[in-house]
Amino acid sequence: MIELTARTPFDGLLPIEAGALRLSEAAPARMTSLAPYRGRDKALSEALKAAHGMAFPAPNRATGREGARAVWFGQRMALLIGPEPDAGLTEFAALTDQSDAWAVARLEGEGAAEALARLAPLDLREGAFKRGHTARTELGHMHASLTRISGESWRIMVFRAFARTLAHEMREAMQSVAARAGV
Amino acid sequence: MRITCPICGPRDRREFYYQGAAVAIERPAPDAGAEVWDDYLHNRDNPAGETRDLWYHESGCAAWIVVTRDTNTHEVMGAELADDAKAERP
Ligand SMILES: [Zn+2]
Repeated sequence: MIELTARTPFDGLLPIEAGALRLSEAAPARMTSLAPYRGRDKALSEALKAAHGMAFPAPNRATGREGARAVWFGQRMALLIGPEPDAGLTEFAALTDQSDAWAVARLEGEGAAEALARLAPLDLREGAFKRGHTARTELGHMHASLTRISGESWRIMVFRAFARTLAHEMREAMQSVAARAGV
Repeated sequence: MRITCPICGPRDRREFYYQGAAVAIERPAPDAGAEVWDDYLHNRDNPAGETRDLWYHESGCAAWIVVTRDTNTHEVMGAELADDAKAERP
């Protein structure tokens, strides 16, 4: 019997530190995409509130909190992060387990938005992209999901196969921000 | 160039994939005849001025949108979801 060792997407790649910035792998969590059936958007949001305590997020927004979060994830889709999805949700939406499909990193420290702005074509300044804001966007050449968790803390998601590329791109962006800050 | 996605808001052009003339969503009836189908599949206008194209918000929300723009001035006049554009047509 072969003993297989489970590896996380960023095993051996993270953490990376540069100046005040630190990129680390997020703790593995259950991730389920919720895609409401036509006309059931509102019912799904109510069921989500009752079962997990957060509403279905509006476009470009995240709801919930650490440990039980819903991040808007595209046209009429959200990603439930943390809890095992309540079985009652299946009445209103198609649920897909995506836990192993994504590499999830957390970027923290002063200048985090500046580092991300080197890779994403978005206005990430505090006034435009606030805590609880999220975007599906391009990061380097990767499709990504960016969420501002708090002031200088970001959740970054790319397809699992791009873990190494993300680590490489982020290292360069972080080092460039650190170099300009003179640290 | 920036395109205002009806869902995500104004975004850089690089987030989008260009498909071609929005005629693609005006699919003829199966029995419309060879000439109509030939026109639908192969013949495209090349307007100097207003044009309607299908774009895919590939690294954004993954919606197909119809963008109205001017090929003379490069002005982007508007964008709507392809779903809505199709629903407006008989
Ligand atoms: Zn969009």
